[in-house]
Amino acid sequence: MTGSPFLDSLRWLGDSAHWTGPGGIPLRTLEHLGYTALGVLVAALLAVPIGLYVGHSGRGKGVAVAAAGAARALPTLGLVTLFALLVGIGLTAPLLSFVILAIPSLLAGAYSAVESAEPATVDAARAQGMTEWQILTRVELPLGMPLLVGGFRGATVQVVATAMLAAYVGSGGLGRYIFQGLGSQNYPQMIAGSLLVIALALVLDLTLLLAQRLTAPPGVRAS
Amino acid sequence: MIGFENVRKEYPGGTLAVQDFSLEIASHESVVLVGTSGSGKTTLMRMINRMVDPTSGRVHIDGDDVTSLDPVQLRRSIGYVMQASGLLPHRTVLDNITTVPVLRGTAKREARTHAHELMEIVGLDAALAERYPSQLSGGQQQRVGVARGLAADPNILLMDEPFGAVDPIVRAELQRELQHLQRDLRKTIVFVTHDIDEAFLLGDRVAILRPGGIIAQVGTPQEILADPADDFVSSFVGADRGARTLHVERVDGRDVVVDADGRPAGVLAASGDRSAGEGAADGRTRERSS
Repeated sequence: MTGSPFLDSLRWLGDSAHWTGPGGIPLRTLEHLGYTALGVLVAALLAVPIGLYVGHSGRGKGVAVAAAGAARALPTLGLVTLFALLVGIGLTAPLLSFVILAIPSLLAGAYSAVESAEPATVDAARAQGMTEWQILTRVELPLGMPLLVGGFRGATVQVVATAMLAAYVGSGGLGRYIFQGLGSQNYPQMIAGSLLVIALALVLDLTLLLAQRLTAPPGVRAS
Repeated sequence: MIGFENVRKEYPGGTLAVQDFSLEIASHESVVLVGTSGSGKTTLMRMINRMVDPTSGRVHIDGDDVTSLDPVQLRRSIGYVMQASGLLPHRTVLDNITTVPVLRGTAKREARTHAHELMEIVGLDAALAERYPSQLSGGQQQRVGVARGLAADPNILLMDEPFGAVDPIVRAELQRELQHLQRDLRKTIVFVTHDIDEAFLLGDRVAILRPGGIIAQVGTPQEILADPADDFVSSFVGADRGARTLHVERVDGRDVVVDADGRPAGVLAASGDRSAGEGAADGRTRERSS
């Protein structure tokens, strides 16, 4: 190939041979989305209940903030390598890393969602005779839903942009193009892989932004 | 009947909100707790529905110690109207009013029918039913708050400075309507305010509190004005400034009632003329203190 690697990468993307078969772009994109969804969902199962509890009770906030900060500081490539050494090549090591990557945003989203309800509103709900569970599910969560979705948005974009590391330890996803290209010095393919990841991240970001708008509670002016 | 027996409330850190408070409130009576901030008046009121539990002492309702009752069930059985309405911002007027009945298991349709009646009783236009609180004026929000407090037909209504955040004209209107309402409904009302005129207007009895929930004087407005217990009470009700010492001056053939500072307080009704009706209690007390 000749000319600029960027144009070559577009040519690579335009090549219909790359859009079919087990190594084709649609399948790799699905794998990539699958890793992302799995990482974010497992992280959500851990982080959202804890975040809701911290936000509702006000207890353990210092610990949660410190843990989220510490998790943010961990280099994901290092984690993937470390876990791969511990559990071997495959999907487990990158997934564990994605879960750790996704937890801080989800935790922060969940507790800030619950905390965002006016204390006077929560007090009034309690004084009317709502149980703590009813206060959480009927007052705090509906009012804070955009912030919770915002946590999912942050986590999803981070994980989708990092999920190419799965290919680094032998799994699939769009990272395949990048690491294969790196190995064979096929820069157009590397750039094409990167462009696909960027496009996917943008699409997910905009979709979840829309979800944030749609979950804004009625009757409350956009904050 | 609501009873406070030697109630004390101390917060962690040593703040003493209430020292030693005892008071009995009869059924169907309206009692106003009045005092400045730090007098513990809201703390005391919130002990009735267990939003606050006393450090020591007892609060009982019809003989039952409230600490033996489930707080959630207790709160659903007591109406609560608060300052700045405390409405749920993401729910419509109708859904706010039906909050407690729905929590108590009333069928939604039945609760909504009743809510429409309540809206009429508290003077809310039916067209507002599907509005959100942010789309209402302050006065309308307070009316919704009152309707919500009444929705489960509680025997007891707690009102925490409910009219504190609205302008004086709307406040006077809401006070007058509450008087009408109380004439028909005869709830046991515990009302908290820092406004002595509001207290005298709405209370069958008024308890004037010093800081720390100490009762400076409790009695009917007439008793308090006629015989303030001490300088604190005199100062609180304005008797020391001459605001409660009225005399009659004749201006253009009418009897004008003037306070000790020369500020006109009103005109003297012709004998047998009770058309000033609404403010009768207030008017009487002022006449008596002259």
